[in-house]
This record gives sequence, structure tokens and C-alpha cells, in this order.
Amino acid sequence: MLLITCPYCQETLPEAEFTYAGEAHIARPADPSSYSDEAWRDFLFVRSNVKGAHFERWRHFHGCGRFFNAVRDTVTDRFLTVYKAGEPKPDLAKLLEDAE
Amino acid sequence: MTVIPFDFRPGTLVESAGVSIRILMPKTRLSLRARTAAVPAISRALGVAVPEKIGQRASGEGANAETEILCLGPDEWVLLTDVEQVGTITAAMDAIYKEHPHSLVDVSDREITVEIFGDKATDLLTLGWPRNPLSVPIGEARRTVFDGASVVIWHDSETSWRLNGWRSFMPHLLGLLVTGCRELSAE
Repeated sequence: MLLITCPYCQETLPEAEFTYAGEAHIARPADPSSYSDEAWRDFLFVRSNVKGAHFERWRHFHGCGRFFNAVRDTVTDRFLTVYKAGEPKPDLAKLLEDAE
Repeated sequence: MTVIPFDFRPGTLVESAGVSIRILMPKTRLSLRARTAAVPAISRALGVAVPEKIGQRASGEGANAETEILCLGPDEWVLLTDVEQVGTITAAMDAIYKEHPHSLVDVSDREITVEIFGDKATDLLTLGWPRNPLSVPIGEARRTVFDGASVVIWHDSETSWRLNGWRSFMPHLLGLLVTGCRELSAE
């Protein structure tokens, strides 16, 4: 089982308390009607599916109930960092360097 | 057909050498959602210092000694109180509503609380709780997961805990706990 740190509770807790909520930092377009069908499809369905550090959302469902963001390595399942929703995307190069 | 094996009448559910479970008398539960900026005003209105750290709780003094407030999330609290106190609390909260909009909802009917006590109470909780029970200090509480269901677990003393869960999950949760009691007493 993964151990995940909730940035709101400031505790490292079992994965069973959390739910995964997809890739992070995907902003809904301000003006969807100006989008072509292809661009809209990409916004809705096409995700980066990275191998390695992945920016993703989690929700502390059985806990504080908050959504937050995390950077997880999809190969090793290691969490590089977690941060509150709305905070800027951390610098990946620096995270990888710190993880060394 | 759904068979509910417990009628949730307050009283002892199971008693054994190591651990016992008791369904507690109904209490009023109020769910409170508000912004952090409103906390000082709410503390004044309730006469209880509203905790801001998730998992911390506070109790009232004197007339509202029965009132307990627990911080469940950054903007969410649950208030346990006596039925008689509800009118006073809602009136006090109504008075600050204009300056500090909030939501205060009576959710008493939603949950059942059981007390789990005895030398092996902590062992019993490990049955369905994927975290270390001792990571919750005495005098605090957490909303967490117990065998798949969302519950709030209160750590009252070294040998006593309270667990409250939604009514519809209780037959499942209590079934597991009662089985666990039997297992622990068979050791």
C-alpha cells in the first residue's frame, strides 16, 4: 500500500484513505466554443501518460476531504512531493535533483 | 432482502474480558462549514475555542460542558452537543451569520456512535483500520476509513475509543467489531 502525505492534514497516511483523481494542472478552457472538435477532444480525453514523474491529483476522501496535487514516479510509485490545490506547479528538475 | 442484525438500541453490544462495545445514547451532531477567518467569531459565539488543526478537538465549560467540537478539515467541523443546547447554539450562530456566512446543519440522525473500551480496544481497531491507532494522540480524533467505510474515530483514553459511522454502514462495521471481540476473547 502506498503511503501518501496529505498537505492539509500534514500526516503520512495509508492509500486507503485517498482516491486518485487524474492528471493535475489541466485547466478548463475559458472559451470552449472557440475550440475545434479535435482540440476539445484532446482537452477532455488525451492525457500525457508519462513514464516517470507524473503530476496528478489526489483527494483525501476519508479524511479532510480535500483535493491536492502530487508528483509521483509512475515507475517506482515514489512520491516526489505533494502540494495544496491552487499552488503553482513545482520545478520538476529541482524535484528530481532532490530525489537523488 | 436486506437484513440489519442490530437495532442500534443504546447499551452494551458485546462484553468480553479484553474489550467491550457499547452503543452510546443519541447526541446532537451539527456539521459546521465556515471560512478560517470566521473562527474567532465562531469561538466567541459558541463559548468554545474552535480548533484549527485537523484532528484536534475542544470541549465547552460550565453550561456547555457537553459540547465538543472537532476539526475535520480546513473548513469543516463537527459539533457534538446535548439536544437542549441546540437552540442556544443555532441562535448564537444565526447572530453572526451576516458577518460570517457559514453552514450549520443538524446531522444527528446520520450517525451512530459506539464506545470501544478495554485493554484490547486498540488491538480491536487494528482489524479494520489501515493506520497505526497510536498515531492518533489521546484527546484527538480523526476522520478516516474503517474496513471501507468513512468513520470518525475518537481517542478518549489509553483503553477507550469512540467510533462513529454512518447508520447504513453500521451493521457491517459492528458485525466486524463483534466478530473481532470474539476472536480477541478466544485468545
